[in-house]
Amino acid sequence: MDVNLETTLDKEIIEFIAACMQREHPRSYLISVLGKVQEKYGYLSRQHMHAVAHIMRIPTSRVYGVATFYHFFRLRPRGKHQISICMGTACFVKGADRVLEAFKSELGIDIGETTKDGIFSLDNTRCLGVCGLAPVVTINNQVYSQVTPQQVPELINKTLGR
Amino acid sequence: MKKIKLIIDGMQVMVPEKTTLMEAAETIGIHIPRLCYHPDLSKEGACRICIVEVEGARTFQASCSTPAAEGMKVKTNSPEIRQARRDLVELILDNHPQECQTCERDGQCELQNLAYALGVRHRLFAGRRKRYPQENSSLAVVRDSEKCILCRRCVRVCAEIQGVYNLQQMHRGVQTVVTPAFEDSMAESVCVHCGQCVNVCPTAAFLEKRSTDQVWKALADPRLHVVVHIAPSIRAAIGEGFGLEPGTPATLQTITALRRLGFHKVFDTNFGADLTIMEEAHELVSRLRSGRNLPLLTSCSAGWIKFMEHFYPDLIPHASSCKSPMSMLSALLKTYYAQKQGIDPDCIYVVSIMPCTAKKYEIMRPELCRPDGKPYTDAVLTTRELVWMIKAYGIDFVKLPDGRFDNPLGFSSGAADIFGTTGGVMEAALRTAAEKLTGQELTDLNFIEVREVEGLKEASIAIGDQVLHVAVANGLTNAKIILNKVRAQEKQFQLVEIMACPGGCIGGGGQPYPPEGYPVLDKEIIRRRARALYAIDQAKQIRKSHENPYIKDLYDKFLGEPGSRKAHELLHTHYTVREPRGI
Repeated sequence: MDVNLETTLDKEIIEFIAACMQREHPRSYLISVLGKVQEKYGYLSRQHMHAVAHIMRIPTSRVYGVATFYHFFRLRPRGKHQISICMGTACFVKGADRVLEAFKSELGIDIGETTKDGIFSLDNTRCLGVCGLAPVVTINNQVYSQVTPQQVPELINKTLGR
Repeated sequence: MKKIKLIIDGMQVMVPEKTTLMEAAETIGIHIPRLCYHPDLSKEGACRICIVEVEGARTFQASCSTPAAEGMKVKTNSPEIRQARRDLVELILDNHPQECQTCERDGQCELQNLAYALGVRHRLFAGRRKRYPQENSSLAVVRDSEKCILCRRCVRVCAEIQGVYNLQQMHRGVQTVVTPAFEDSMAESVCVHCGQCVNVCPTAAFLEKRSTDQVWKALADPRLHVVVHIAPSIRAAIGEGFGLEPGTPATLQTITALRRLGFHKVFDTNFGADLTIMEEAHELVSRLRSGRNLPLLTSCSAGWIKFMEHFYPDLIPHASSCKSPMSMLSALLKTYYAQKQGIDPDCIYVVSIMPCTAKKYEIMRPELCRPDGKPYTDAVLTTRELVWMIKAYGIDFVKLPDGRFDNPLGFSSGAADIFGTTGGVMEAALRTAAEKLTGQELTDLNFIEVREVEGLKEASIAIGDQVLHVAVANGLTNAKIILNKVRAQEKQFQLVEIMACPGGCIGGGGQPYPPEGYPVLDKEIIRRRARALYAIDQAKQIRKSHENPYIKDLYDKFLGEPGSRKAHELLHTHYTVREPRGI
């Protein structure tokens, strides 16, 4: 095996792939492997996908096809702080779209993007199951309820510890 | 095999088990409309155009992927089915550019034909159009995702027939788009430029990179001496572009057509093929004597060579160092011919007519260019492009009188003609190598063991007191099977012929789209084209490359002998390990 491929991925992941390759239908573990890679590095880089493809002997185009098909996989690094706005029906009705717009303009990024300084990532999520608190925003797994667009700068500052 | 009885449109049909409804209907002369289906590719069931009504089923069934079952009652036509099929096509069109009149495939588009046949007469839906820039990075193939209808034929041909797996559907829903890995450009991908995606695409989402504009321009330039040469496989396929029966040889009309288009000289790539055999047979004999780097892998197919560089770089030492016939002949045109005629090579404009899109890439490979970096071949036209030029000029091809090639670079042996079909290079090489090895005249020139190769074939051929183990493969998935054996040293072959395209050059990525009613790359069409080439070979007096008198003369007066320094300079090349590595 190519030395570069070995060193691109963490030893633990290499071992996990090796274990998968021993099983029946080894290539069916691609999603699990990509999941492990994302868990470790926070996202799937080109080098990671390239290494997974070569080690598992799955054409690179197929690996990329799977990675882009599932919303779960991220192809860009996450920021230090993860902001998610719930776009479920209740939150949407209660104005989540306006909250999202406020975050977008405050941070200067779109959904799925990370600020240039690597501090914030912005995402939307589906229903979090707390519709009574709509609209809901989570920042690093902390839930904020009944968020208004006016509160957005304050939330950002709070997260930065200002 | 178990037979199944079913009823289609009120007629009783008996078919073997596992026959699909589409195939069953064909046995009684019913052609169910289709789009994503292709007989040589896996069943996709993506387009749903081929739906039929099966009594008792809750919904319409895709006939391409529904197996016939005992007692089934099937309707292929009803107002409801016709309406549903029409709706499906209307929905595809809703997302498709309305540019038929300015599209390269106007008149030859499967989607256009289908819309007409199903009676789509206006656009019902006005939904969101997808917008993508045209992808022009490749020297051979242009990708236009706006015209893509996501039938996945290109994805399947690239993976299943060619084993390249360059194309895949990325993202999902309305954002779905077919691209190489990481959405890289075609030029940065493992694409081998074979053009099979162009062949199978039902629309114009894939096309060859057009070279007709620059050729028209050169033809009109009084300072240029414009010469052309045509590949062996062109003569067997070009007639189809003008409504001739598949398998009608059209060498002589093609020559006349090229003269009328204004080419000053019309040569034959076949001469380059004879020359290739001289050099390759010499290479084979010397490797057989030294026992090194066996098997010898043929090197005429530009798609195969790029495939080797991405996927089997470890086998590069096995590849013949011979340039392709096209590159050999073009090199001679700007050296030997230029010298002989007293024309400045910079004033010679060389066009080659190829069955191939990869040749457009080959001519720009730096190691195949002149020492000053300019290409030996200035433009490559596919068979399709030439057909279009002839029609655009208003030439009535079928009425043309016979023409003759110009000499000395227009005369060829029968061995050269069969280069256009799978197994042909092998046979041509064996004819010359056998006489070199034994020193005796070969009595039976027909090596039928390596003919009509469907995919791949291995054979053992006795030559004098030795036996040569040879293999022939066409389609790169088949090539992989042989190459893996070579890599694993599972079997010792001496000579392996590989052609990237199914059937060899006659099934190339630049050949005419099929006539109405045939699928592209139809096996019967490929067979007929091959038979045309074997018939030309059979009818020739001289059928061995080394007996071509002009070849002998060329060596006497210019090249010296096969494998000479001069020959190496002009007729041989080298290969490079390429990134990204293929899987």
